[in-house]
Amino acid sequence: MKIDAKIPSGSIAEKWSKHKFNLKLVNPANKRKYDIIVVGTGLAGASAAASLGELGYNVKAFCYQDSPRRAHSIAAQGGINAAKNYMNDGDSVYRLFYDTVKGGDYRAREANVYRLAEVSNNIIDQCVAQGVPFAREYGGLLSNRSFGGAQVSRTFYARGQTGQQLLLGAYSALSRMIAAGKVKMYPRTEMLDVVLVDGKARGIITRNMVTGAIESHSAHAVVLATGGYGNVFFLSTNAMGCNASAAWRAHRKGALFSNPCFTQIHPTCIPVHGDQQSKLTLMSESLRNDGRVWVPRTTELAEKVRKGVLKANDLPEEDRDYYLERIYPSFGNLVPRDVASRNAKYVCDEGRGVGETGLAVYLDFRDAIKRDGVNTIKAKYGNLFQMYEKITDDDPYKVPMMIYPAVHYTMGGLWVDYNLMTTIPGLYAAGECNFSDHGANRLGASALMQGLADGYFVIPYTIGDYLAGIGQAKVDTSHNAFKEAEAEVKKRIDTLLNVKGTKTVDQYHKELGKLMWDYCGMARNAEGLKFAKAEIQKLRQEYWQNVKLLGTNEEMNMTLEKALRVADFMELGELMVDDALMREESCGGHFREEHQTEEGEAKRDDENFAFVAAWEYKGENKPAELHKEELVFENVKLTQRSYK
Amino acid sequence: MEKGRTYTLKIWRQNNSSSKGAFKTYTIENISPGSSFLEMLDILNNELEAKGEDPVHFDHDCREGICGMCSLFVNGRPHGPEEEITACQLHMRSFKDGETIVIEPWRAKAFPVIKDLVVDRSAFDRIIQAGGFISVNTGPLPDANEIPIPKQNADLAMDAAACIGCGACVAACKNASAMLFVSAKVSQLALLPQGNAERKRRALAMVDQMDQEGFGACSNTGACAAECPKGIDLTNIARLNREYLTASFAGAE
Ligand SMILES: Cc1cc2nc3c(=O)[nH]c(=O)nc-3n(C[C@H](O)[C@H](O)[C@H](O)COP(=O)(O)OP(=O)(O)OC[C@H]3O[C@@H](n4cnc5c(N)ncnc54)[C@H](O)[C@@H]3O)c2cc1C
Ligand code: SF4
Ligand code: FES
Repeated sequence: MKIDAKIPSGSIAEKWSKHKFNLKLVNPANKRKYDIIVVGTGLAGASAAASLGELGYNVKAFCYQDSPRRAHSIAAQGGINAAKNYMNDGDSVYRLFYDTVKGGDYRAREANVYRLAEVSNNIIDQCVAQGVPFAREYGGLLSNRSFGGAQVSRTFYARGQTGQQLLLGAYSALSRMIAAGKVKMYPRTEMLDVVLVDGKARGIITRNMVTGAIESHSAHAVVLATGGYGNVFFLSTNAMGCNASAAWRAHRKGALFSNPCFTQIHPTCIPVHGDQQSKLTLMSESLRNDGRVWVPRTTELAEKVRKGVLKANDLPEEDRDYYLERIYPSFGNLVPRDVASRNAKYVCDEGRGVGETGLAVYLDFRDAIKRDGVNTIKAKYGNLFQMYEKITDDDPYKVPMMIYPAVHYTMGGLWVDYNLMTTIPGLYAAGECNFSDHGANRLGASALMQGLADGYFVIPYTIGDYLAGIGQAKVDTSHNAFKEAEAEVKKRIDTLLNVKGTKTVDQYHKELGKLMWDYCGMARNAEGLKFAKAEIQKLRQEYWQNVKLLGTNEEMNMTLEKALRVADFMELGELMVDDALMREESCGGHFREEHQTEEGEAKRDDENFAFVAAWEYKGENKPAELHKEELVFENVKLTQRSYK
Repeated sequence: MEKGRTYTLKIWRQNNSSSKGAFKTYTIENISPGSSFLEMLDILNNELEAKGEDPVHFDHDCREGICGMCSLFVNGRPHGPEEEITACQLHMRSFKDGETIVIEPWRAKAFPVIKDLVVDRSAFDRIIQAGGFISVNTGPLPDANEIPIPKQNADLAMDAAACIGCGACVAACKNASAMLFVSAKVSQLALLPQGNAERKRRALAMVDQMDQEGFGACSNTGACAAECPKGIDLTNIARLNREYLTASFAGAE
């Protein structure tokens, strides 16, 4: 298989406009003759489905929740970037582009990132027109803040609920198209396979999660917007239902999967409290604008704190190590996520961690409260402080918060070309489920931007070019390809239901998650990765012989839903390990202990690894084949990232 | 660490929408006070599965109080005993060791039970589809800063927009009215200049859809706002009433 990213020629600033002009168009009167399936109704899916409906296509949209409004985009707190330069602090499309490529540690495609920065401004206009209540200044204009390592204030936000408000905006546009009959919505419906006819994506197989009915849906093109795969790790900040199945099934049918090992571990999450925990909660990164991160200066002091002999507030200034400020004087507490996370791990590994488990560091607002007063801090972070207190029973106005890194976002995903098409013709991937814009590390407030860019402003253009080329003829769901795919799905379900083993799905998921976290988490090495690979293979074999499911397919069966997802997580987990093992360098969120600078920073190898890894599925129990898309940097100069 | 606690759980079990449900009693032990309420149910389900019994079905997803998926009626109150949180944000420290906890689904004609504690809330989606949007297509639009919006109005709109569509207001109301939910969306859009053009049609259409879905009438008891996890205020209902009256007098568009 040869991969072609189809990056348009010309200077970076004109690529997208030129490309849009060169794309074939579908005549307005003909659009209604085309059917498009959109799987997922998060920011990427809802915006795509609504925009495609507005253009006149017939859209079918799917989500696993009971309503499209509940996709996990809803949980994003912090904000969304745009290059509006409303603050007059020197921001520009070029700077946003530059920061994003650099932040991603030079493993993203320049052309895609530039386009993202370019359409970022349209996104804000779109959302405001929909009635998204962004934060405003007293003069009535929009307010911005600086976020996650950016040196300009370009982040738009709606209190601590930015994702919710953006999603409800997209959901309202989607609802309008549902009412207009242009989108048919299928909630509580899970996609279990993609169907190819003559090598092109022509539909999907779904399971109705209320009745268990296995159904076929046919279309001229399929858009996957099914989110990230962080739940491979069992514990993450993702919602319980987030899964990789749609993307993984597409991968098995021929879509290459890129950079699976690029996962983001977010530095500011509430630490794990015990072995009954089901998920982790993110505390918005915006807290690092005012909170100072520290641990006790010595292991002895930390030990006393853990035992409760000393309280955090008892420690005098000289016994506190504000390690981010010390190591990175110019960025301080605002270093990018990968750097902040790794340093938290180091200090805890040294035995200077706090909290019951020793796996936590302080995020302290004492000085900010002293400087700005309680009311200012309350106005900025009140809801976050309240959330923290509800979960931990501690009052962050009085005692420092405790935080620890947790799996949060997956930069890897389905490989897509500049048009966001995967290697399966007619199959597109948008939002977190593609790999495209964040390289090896995503900057704060850029995933919301990417999801909406893909859905509102990229797919609606690029999909027309494809449709104009394939003709209007429909494929009926009685076609053999659908029947075969349905039979395959049913067989998989029956096999799982009939194992009737002894261990629950959750137990397997936890074991997989622990392997991934321990060996393919914040720091990785060849030995550990090889060990993990062997263990995952064993676990997967055991799963199919010993998993215990109850009930039948023909009813609401949440264990069956989960069992199908965990089966796919296991396969994907193995590919993540392969990818991490192959990438003999450190970059962004991928930290190979063998490859670090003397100061313990990630050491890239641009000579040998400035490429996108794109893995091809070769069949059950066969090693995946690696393809490389070389990354060409014509605008941004590759340097060692330095945040000192 | 505090030692684990024991609880008696009385949980509504119902196979599907057409079967008759009933309470079933379970005992659960060794629960840490720091566990969330839903983690406690996970533990119960793991135990049930290990014994070969059908796990208790309940809706949940984000587990951080924002998706609006969780919908448990706990000890006679939607989302349980604490103020302004969802069931997924509830922790076991809110329940005394040895306590009996009664768990039911939302009960309302417009929210039929699907299985156990899972109900069908698609009526809410249909109300939004009737008019809970501003009709703008994707495309080049005026610059976002072209229309300044007074901060107070933007803040009030945000207060209303915080609704998570969970349905607790309906479950709390003796008439199963959806007025708080509808008023939150109508208010958000009525408070913003962008929402002005469709203001009248919106209020009429959404209220009409609400009636068609079989939600009850509002008799101003305020039970909804008292149980709303997002603190949606009763003033929104007053605003909806005003919007609706003005629109009715004017005749839509
Ligand atoms: C807690 C948290 C906070 C965050 N904060 C920020 C932030 O402040 N700023 C920022 O830029 N980014 C943030 N992010 C990241 C960002 O929210 C996500 O990357 C982004 O919202 C993903 O959007 P999406 O549309 O790709 O996917 P999602 O919103 O995850 O939507 C996935 C959709 O696919 C559907 N789906 C999945 N699988 C199937 C299937 N098999 N069949 C049918 N449907 C399926 C789901 O039902 C859902 O509708 C945050 C993420 C988390 C977890
Ligand atoms: S108004 Fe409150 S209780 Fe009602 S749906 Fe919205 S958030 Fe839930
Ligand atoms: S599970 Fe999302 S609000 Fe409770």
